[in-house]
Amino acid sequence: MKSIAELQAIRDKAREKIAMREGSHEGIRIVVGMATCGIAAGARPVLNAFVEEIAKRNVQNVAVVQTGCIGMCQFEPIVEVIAPGKEKVTYGQMSPEKAVRVVTDHIVNGNPVAEYTIDKLLK
Amino acid sequence: MRELSLNVLDIAQNSIVAGATLVELSVVEDTANDRLILVIADNGRGMTSEQLEQVRDPFYTTRTTRKVGMGIPLFRMAAEMAGGELTIRSTVGEGTVVTATFGLTHIDRMPLGDMAGTVSTLIRLNPHLDFVYRHKVDDRSFELDTRALREVLDDVPLSEPDVMEWINANMAEGLLPLNSQA
Repeated sequence: MKSIAELQAIRDKAREKIAMREGSHEGIRIVVGMATCGIAAGARPVLNAFVEEIAKRNVQNVAVVQTGCIGMCQFEPIVEVIAPGKEKVTYGQMSPEKAVRVVTDHIVNGNPVAEYTIDKLLK
Repeated sequence: MRELSLNVLDIAQNSIVAGATLVELSVVEDTANDRLILVIADNGRGMTSEQLEQVRDPFYTTRTTRKVGMGIPLFRMAAEMAGGELTIRSTVGEGTVVTATFGLTHIDRMPLGDMAGTVSTLIRLNPHLDFVYRHKVDDRSFELDTRALREVLDDVPLSEPDVMEWINANMAEGLLPLNSQA
């Protein structure tokens, strides 16, 4: 079993990481639609893909948060990426594979993936 | 919804919106009685008997953004088509308990799916809330209680990547010996 002793060690290490993060720049927010429509369309694996990829790449200052239904259920799973000082980018019909690409291209390198955006889907 | 665990995730969102600080998810697989029982219990603001009546109706929602709420009706349909039922008990100021039962081996019962994924998602998105996940298969059981983890973690949030990794591994290891057939 994953032991409590192990969790204590994780806690001590996490404290150091949190201390290092403090005072650094304002971060990116990844907002995932988690209403009935989003969940039914596959938001859970999309969200987990974001979380895992961010952890794997050790990207700091990224908050993954949820929102309700934003009224475009046909494009769920919908994910918004809000970077400070930049225009919000809304992705639609996301998949775990697309999520990985958004992390590498958009979150890490700062280049939104135009082909996954709602704008593109609307055309 | 293709998995019952997604319905559980959806219903738990209602608990969170209702201001719950503790959400208890329970899965019971009872092979002797051929029953699968899913319970979502919260300490949120609860519903009046009037609201409880209306919640059956897909065109009832407390949201102001749209006019439909499909969560409960979908979950009820999943239960009823598998020889079970959905019941809701609620007390204003105390909380709500949603219980869905299913025929465990009923041909039309949707698979339970990734319950650990549902629990992990809920904790990751709501690290300030507490969750209890109990899974019982006959006499074998597993339990995860974020209140116990919080005691160890102290000021470190549950959503820390390394903590989430521990939680996921803990669930994977703990659930394996249950030999769930759901």
